[in-house]
Amino acid sequence: MKARVYVTLKPSVFDPQGRVVADALVTLGYQDVQDVRQGKFFEVELSDADPATAKARVTEMADKLLANPVIESYRVEVLQ
Amino acid sequence: MKFSVVVFPGSNSDYDAFYAASRVLGEQAELVWHKDTDLKGADAVILPGGFAHGDYLRTGAIARFSPIMSAVTTFAERGGPVLGICNGFQVLLEAGLLPGAMVRNDRIKFVSQLVPVRVEQTDTPFTGACQSQQVLQLPIAHGEGNYYAPPDVLEQIEANRQVIFRYTNAAGELAADSNPNGSLNSIAGICNRQRNVVGLMPHPERASELALGSADGRAVLASAVKFVQDLRASRPQDLAKA
Repeated sequence: MKARVYVTLKPSVFDPQGRVVADALVTLGYQDVQDVRQGKFFEVELSDADPATAKARVTEMADKLLANPVIESYRVEVLQ
Repeated sequence: MKFSVVVFPGSNSDYDAFYAASRVLGEQAELVWHKDTDLKGADAVILPGGFAHGDYLRTGAIARFSPIMSAVTTFAERGGPVLGICNGFQVLLEAGLLPGAMVRNDRIKFVSQLVPVRVEQTDTPFTGACQSQQVLQLPIAHGEGNYYAPPDVLEQIEANRQVIFRYTNAAGELAADSNPNGSLNSIAGICNRQRNVVGLMPHPERASELALGSADGRAVLASAVKFVQDLRASRPQDLAKA
């Protein structure tokens, strides 16, 4: 069973890296770029779990370690 | 008194702190490996600067799993003075011993320079030998020192006088261009509610002798010496050794 976790800075937290990437894209000629938010992506392999259990466990992992809940939010996806 | 300086894989200011405590202040100091489980009789603990565990995942995020951290937490809970410098501050934030978090510097750059830092509160173990509103010249060297806390938490730490150091100009005034990393409220250092755990991004240990460009940082470690002496004088029967 594989799960994916997407971690991003909360909307209320300024993302300096994303801002620089956005500026670089505009410099490249992509004048339509308004903003970029940079994040992290994790693939977690789990042994023997049904999708519901996997989702619950990976959510717990994201809460405890993969994301820092003070500044980041996350989304968990379980692959069938 | 005795300082124990925790050494994580990737620490790089461990010896600077050890040197400032032992050679400059003339106190006892010991380096304690992160896999150790006791603090070797520390009166004060320093989590030094560097890149603990390579700053993998987030700065300080993995260090909180180092075996020594449970001893540090117990020591802190008993009221023992703990100082986190730079990466050590980031470790304290990730370990939940201090409120808030760090994000990348607002101008993305790694900043390495001597900056004025104003002492906001003197009732902590690491500022007791400073004057209130005293401006210290201290070096900073970090890419991720942009302090953030949600609005309610920020309001609380201000109300509780938990902001211990702020970036200012040389005259000790707050100014947008004197904030090197975008920290909210120009915060350079904070303490916990009990006031015994202090974290700051500047490096007092790297400014402990004039040959290093500033000796202002000496007051921070000297405060710990004063704190422990005062504690011994007031409660000789109750020496909380770690």
